[in-house]
Amino acid sequence: MSTESSKKSHGINMDALGREKRSNTLADETICITTDNLNLYYGEKRALHDINLAIPEKKVSAFIGPSGCGKSTLLRCFNRMNDLVDDCSIQGDVLIDGNNIYDKNVDVSELRRRVGMVFQKPNPFPKSIYENVAYGLRLQGIKSRRTIDEIVEKSLRGAALWDEVKDRLHDSALGLSGGQQQRVVIARAIAIEPEVLLLDEPASALDPISTLKIEELINDLKDRYTIVIVTHNMQQAARVSDYTAFMYMGEMIEFGDTDKIFTNPGKKQTEDYITGRYG
Amino acid sequence: MSKKNSGLHISQQFNSELEEIRSHVLAMGGLVEEQIRNATQSLVDGNVSLAEAVISRDVEVNKAEVSIDEECTHIIARRQPAATDLRLVIAVIKTITDLERIGDQAERVARMGTRLAEVERPKNNYHELQNMGESVAKMVHGALDAFARSDVETAIKVSKQDEQVDQEYDGLMRQCLTFMMEDPRKISQMLDIMWAARALERIGDHAKNICEYVIYLVKGKDVRHITIEQMENELKI
Repeated sequence: MSTESSKKSHGINMDALGREKRSNTLADETICITTDNLNLYYGEKRALHDINLAIPEKKVSAFIGPSGCGKSTLLRCFNRMNDLVDDCSIQGDVLIDGNNIYDKNVDVSELRRRVGMVFQKPNPFPKSIYENVAYGLRLQGIKSRRTIDEIVEKSLRGAALWDEVKDRLHDSALGLSGGQQQRVVIARAIAIEPEVLLLDEPASALDPISTLKIEELINDLKDRYTIVIVTHNMQQAARVSDYTAFMYMGEMIEFGDTDKIFTNPGKKQTEDYITGRYG
Repeated sequence: MSKKNSGLHISQQFNSELEEIRSHVLAMGGLVEEQIRNATQSLVDGNVSLAEAVISRDVEVNKAEVSIDEECTHIIARRQPAATDLRLVIAVIKTITDLERIGDQAERVARMGTRLAEVERPKNNYHELQNMGESVAKMVHGALDAFARSDVETAIKVSKQDEQVDQEYDGLMRQCLTFMMEDPRKISQMLDIMWAARALERIGDHAKNICEYVIYLVKGKDVRHITIEQMENELKI
């Protein structure tokens, strides 16, 4: 029987019945970020324990776990935000595209251009919407008005905000709703064409509808960026991510396919956490 | 999911909702099992009033299915269950569908019982049907037991029994055909016997389905549409 006819046995298109099958598993993905025995200390306190992780390129990976488990700390390692914390020290390597970002000769501002970050609370600058998005471009020394106009429009479209703000680009960004502000911040982050987007609870201060818009946006953006999202909302991780990591007390307990983690996790600790049981 | 860790949800309310669903499924299963036994007995004894009782009680089975289905829908909508909780709810939704169909088959056996009560009884008094009825009632009991205790081994054991029921069914079919050829006046009676046997054989299949849901619930593995050997291999890993 030919493939064509077997697919259409009894006049039913079997492909239409089955859900679109995911082509890749974690093992076949191209890896973007790798951590190698990563340990992080805040003073004496060890906040991350031997993290070994391979985050795939152009996919959404979610970190979940109880408060204080180290998921935000780990996220911040990826663009060296922890450098700003005084007594923080790091052992082990973090490789992005094969290069250790903790090497001495790494230019940290260039790293942060490549690895953008969005925080829990929308933090637009007290400037116009246009200037918020153009900010990074001006920092990079781009002067051409036309280039900037184009990139601002493209970024705002990319952040699914253009239609809502195109008539008031020069109004203050602080006049927007929380959800819109968060999308301005995402537009600002993608204006400078990063490779990786780190999202630290990007929707936790937003209402459900704005949250869904952000999630929809994440789904649109993953074709172009590697996205890592930290979230307290497990259903959100289940909805938006391709891969999910469960962390507990500074350790990486399990990292795998989101479908598997939420239906049949490999570790009991993961199971207890996602079903809401005592660990 | 083992029963011992289903009592540990942070939300007590969620705990008791899941426990309630479990016990409702077991209660529905108990009812269905009783229906099978009574239906078989009514046919074997030619007891029309017992058969009619079975037929009228099928309504209760149907009601149980509808109400458990509703409970499951509420849990999905309100709790967004994950992992074992999700698998429990899915397994329950599927299990009650099979239980309801078992109920329908038991009703069919009872109907055949009322018809066969009107004709002359064979010498062996429907001994084969009694055996089959006994076998499938045991299968249903075993499947529910496996569900209640999240016991994969029992689930496999019960699945295996389906083969024996199928063989009993085949044997009975051949016998009926022989009788029909010998004496065409018996065709109508033989057809009724075959319908009853067919219904019992289907009950065995449904019990096997329930065992497969138990395996899904406990192991997270889908073992439908494969042979028993493949199933055992799957579960070794």
